[in-house]
Formats: sequence, structure tokens, C-alpha cells
Amino acid sequence: MSRLSEVFMRCQSEKRTALIGYLTAGDPDISTSESLFLRLAEHVDVLEIGMPFSDPAADGSVIQAASERALAAGTHIADVFSLASSVREVYPDIGIVLMGYANTPFVLGFDVFSKQAAAAGVDAVLLVDMPPEEGYLCDDIFKRYGLDRILLLSPTSNEERIKLANKHASGFIYYVSLNGITGADMGEMAEIKHKVHAIRAHTDLPICVGFGVKTAEQASQVATFSDGVVVGSHFVGQITTHLKQRETMLSAISSAAHTMKTALQA
Amino acid sequence: MLNDLMYDLDIKHAPDAGGHFKANGTLFGGRFAAETLMQPLQEIEQAFFDAWADPKFHAERLDLLKHYVGRATPLYHAKHLTAEVGGAQIYLKREDLNHTGAHKVNNTIGQALLARRMGKNKVIAETGAGQHGVATATVAAMFNMQCDIYMGREDIRRQAPNVFRMKLLGANVIAVDSGTATLKDAVNEALRVWVASCEDTYYIFGTAAGPHPFPLMVRQFHTVIGQEARAQCLAQAGKLPDVAVACVGGGSNAIGLLHPLRDDDIRLVAVEAAGYGLESGEHAAALAKGSPGIIHGSLSYLLEDDEGQVQGTHSISAGLDYPGVGPELAAMMENGHLELDSATDRDALDAFQRLTKAEGIIPALESSHALAAGMRIAAGMMPDQIVLINLSGRGDKDLGTVMDMLGLSCDTQEFSA
Repeated sequence: MSRLSEVFMRCQSEKRTALIGYLTAGDPDISTSESLFLRLAEHVDVLEIGMPFSDPAADGSVIQAASERALAAGTHIADVFSLASSVREVYPDIGIVLMGYANTPFVLGFDVFSKQAAAAGVDAVLLVDMPPEEGYLCDDIFKRYGLDRILLLSPTSNEERIKLANKHASGFIYYVSLNGITGADMGEMAEIKHKVHAIRAHTDLPICVGFGVKTAEQASQVATFSDGVVVGSHFVGQITTHLKQRETMLSAISSAAHTMKTALQA
Repeated sequence: MLNDLMYDLDIKHAPDAGGHFKANGTLFGGRFAAETLMQPLQEIEQAFFDAWADPKFHAERLDLLKHYVGRATPLYHAKHLTAEVGGAQIYLKREDLNHTGAHKVNNTIGQALLARRMGKNKVIAETGAGQHGVATATVAAMFNMQCDIYMGREDIRRQAPNVFRMKLLGANVIAVDSGTATLKDAVNEALRVWVASCEDTYYIFGTAAGPHPFPLMVRQFHTVIGQEARAQCLAQAGKLPDVAVACVGGGSNAIGLLHPLRDDDIRLVAVEAAGYGLESGEHAAALAKGSPGIIHGSLSYLLEDDEGQVQGTHSISAGLDYPGVGPELAAMMENGHLELDSATDRDALDAFQRLTKAEGIIPALESSHALAAGMRIAAGMMPDQIVLINLSGRGDKDLGTVMDMLGLSCDTQEFSA
């Protein structure tokens, strides 16, 4: 059984919804970023490590700025892998997902990328601009290295696309709660719930909901009908708010993650 | 006679069902889009193929191209320039004479008709030089559609006249400050906005790049250029050109001219912007100096570092200042159907002045790149041969840039002296 499956089984047996936390690797600099991820890892079940990209066309202003800070700080893909390694050493059971854009693994070579990711203890890869239709580039290679491929579904995904995603995805399904970019305002809760149920009819994979979850209240509502809640821009926002104060930034991440975690246990 | 020119509506050299153009085992193009856009893109694809099979769609489109845009555009035998250059006969395809001053309107007419067919009353677009923005704002005014144009702040600065035209036409021009504040960032921003508004908004993509079906669709709307030029050249010169030359940013005017000539024995030349020189690192020559990469929804050639971070570009012309290129041109290059050439800022500026003085035609700086390379090629050929150059746009929008480069100003003393 894959590590991600174990994470969701464990959460289920503890009767709680998984918390998935995102930060961009190398934001605001490589050493602070490592400390931030280690703090976040104390509270989350799955860590999403963002691979900074020059043209993050699916991200809102908060994560765009994070990507720009990380690249300005000289973050390379090797730093992303070594960050994953550091977390893995301390947290053997946590889920680790690399999230980013297709061009990063494509240019490195999917084989080289996957080999290094697997060696760093990464469990899965989520590429926002790599739909199942283009999976011929990566699906077999990811499988060979034991990496799950996380696929997104959205309000515009019809039944045919839900079936297609289920056929190609592993690990979990990431449901984008709104038509929009990361950090936008969350959609209508009833509609999200309705769509999650529609997806569940076609898949046995855990379904996690993200994009726009900013408050503990939203998180606990989403938790009532999903297997995981993804929080990204809200965590990255802690970096933005405390940009020049490293210690405050670290405690802000801990406290924000703790609040979200508590909301999911209620 | 040209008035009776019937356009060929067959879709030739089509990509596969996923929008891939195959070359040497690489599938260029495709649909590398966020999940939210996959269904809207499928709907556009379906609507495009339905429309393309509908004679009524073409009747309306071609009627607008004739009476509103002014097609067919002339093919002009530039005898004075030919005499000056010495060598092959130079023929110019006068896309600069289209309504709005460039080839871009061929595409915006087609896509606006498609948007209307799909019941979308709001359009968005990105623009670099502002020509696609103006062409989009123009059709939006005519079709009474709401129109938002995304434009990098750097481009707003250097193409101010086009910004004013868009505003007069009733479009909102939204400045993009992210990244390098040029065309690629305007595309990023338009994609972000479209993801959030795709249910009621149509994105009029401006070049033959982006996710499927845009590369195919934009090409089809621009093949009027090459089809006309081919027939005109046969009628006027009694034979086909030996060489056809077009500038390449994203590549819409190039694919429009060159695609209909693909099956003839004609050298097809794509001219990229060499900026300060191909070896300077400051250029926009994606085909010559880039490598395969994925950006803005398709796999093509891209100026990027060895970790896939997209690199900054430089060109005197905003319309060519783009790190990527359309996937079909990349595949044509890989398959040996396309010759590469380039022109520096300086070459383009020289060509701009030469054509203006020799023929009384002020070309766009983008088109001046094609002219520079075309003249160079013609100089090495025989007088019984023909070089066809796509004059994709007119230069009015560039007068400020050119005056700056030449150290001129419009003060009265200069002109009374």
C-alpha cells in the first residue's frame, strides 16, 4: 500500500479529515523555507511542496509572489528535492507531494525527475497544467518509480472527465472548489458538496478539496463531506505578512496550521 | 480573376485529435491546461469544427473579410526596392492594408463570430504590440461585445498609440505588472482571468500558439494570407515564388502565409527577432536558440534555462518579444520544412527605413524583421526568381520607438531646419 493510502486510512481510523498544507519551496529563502516546512509538518498529514516556476499561470497573487521570492533567492530543483529529503528524515509517515507546472519535470526529463523525487522520499506529483490527456509523457514513468499522480477536478469537469481522471489518478483526487486561481474566494459550500458526491460515485480514491480554503470554519465545513482539506494561500500568506521577521513567521505558520488541524478534528 | 478567388476550406496537415503536431517522435502542441479550462476548450474545439463545416459561417466571415477588412490585400511588386537590393524580384503581401493595420484581424473576425455562435458576449485577449488588442477591440465594438485586453506595462509604454485606440474602441485595457511585464505575462494574466470567467467569457487567443484548438484555429483563420498570395503571384508573375519569408513571434502571420505554400516547392523562411544579436543572450529567437518546453498550454520551442524557468527576451518590436513560438512551426522546423533566419534590432530598423524611402510604405517593426532577412536572401538570388515577403503590419504604432532609436524628435526646429 502506498504511503498516501496509509495516511488517509490512518485519518479515517482516527475519525478526522486529513489536513494538506502547501508552501512554495525556497520562499522566502532556502534555509527559512526548510524551517517553515518542518513546522508545518508537525500539524499536517500531507505536505505539498511547491516547485517555484517563472510563469505560474494557475496561481493567484499570493503564490505568484512566493514563486518570485523563491526564484529570486536562488532556489533550484535540487533544493526542492533536498527540502523533501529533510522533511522525510524527520517525518517518516507524512505524505509528501511535489506540486507545480509541467515544464519543470519535462525539461529535467521525467525519468531523472522521478528518480530524484523518489530518492528524496516524495510520494506523489501534482502538475496543474498536465491533464490526463497529456499523461503519455509521465504516467508510466511515475508508476515505475512508485510515485502517485494526483489529478485535479473542477466545477467544469463533467462526468466523462471525472471518469477519465479516476482512470489516470492515484493517491487522491484534488477537487478545485472554484473556477479560478489559487487563493480566490471559495465557492458556494452546497455546490462543492454536491460535486464531491458526484465525483465519489465514480472513484474509490480519497477526495481532497482545495483552492480558497482560508478559515477554520470553511475547513471544518469542507471536512464534513471530504477526505482532506488543502490549505495553500492562507499558509503562504503568513510568510507574506511576516516577511522580515523570521521567528514571528515560524510561529505564525505553526499557529495557523494548528488552528486548521483543530478545526478538522472537531 | 482575384475577385473570384475561392478560398480552399479543406483543413490540411491537421494535428491529431489531441492537437499534437508530430515531429521526430515529439508531439508538439497538445492541451497543457488547467483542469478548469479543459471542458471550455473542448467546447471551443467542437464549436470551431461545427462552424468550419457550416457554409453560413464562412459566408459571413468572408463577407466581413471582404467588405469590412478590405481583403483580398494586394500583392505588390516592390520594383524600386528590388532594383536597390539587386537580385530576386521582391513581392510584398500587403497585410498592412487590412483594416486595423495588420493581419491580426483575420483571426479576431473568425473567433468573434465563433464566440457569438457560442452565445458568449464577453471577450478577453492578451496583446504585445497592441495589434491583436486593437483587432479584438475593433470586432468587439462591431459585435457589441464587452472587451478586456491584458497588456504588459512595458508594452503599454512602448505602444501607446494602440492603447489609446483600444480605449477609443470601448475596451478596458488592464496593465500587467507581473514577471517581465510583457506579452508572456499578459498571456498568464489572461489565462488566470479566463479560468475564473470561462462560463460567460470567450478568450480570443492572438497567435497560433496556446492549448488546442487555438494553434489550428488561428492558423485556419490566417490561411487567407498564403492562399491569396499564391494565387496573386501566379496571376501577376506567372509563377510561384521561390522563397516565402515571414517574421515569427508567436507565429500567426508566418503560419498564415507559409502553411498554404507547404506542398509547393518553395523555400519557407521564418525570421526571428535577434534583438542585440543571437549570441548576446538578449533576443527572442525561440526556434534558433530555445529548447522544447511547455508554456501557455502547449509543448513547443521555448527560451528557458536548464531547469525550465522561462527566460527574459528582448526585441525592438513588442510583437516579437515572446519566449515561445507556435507548436506547428516548431514541428515544421524539426521536420525540415522550415528554414530559420533572424534579424537584429538594428537590421529591422534599417529595413524599416529602406522600405519607407524606396517604396513609400512604412512597415511595422515586426514586419521589418521579415524585410531585413528577405532583402538579404533576395540579394543572393537571380533576377528571374521571386522572394515573397509578408508585410504583416504597418508602422504607425512604432513611430515613437523609431524616433527614439534614431535620436529624432518632433519639435518644430528640427523640421524647419
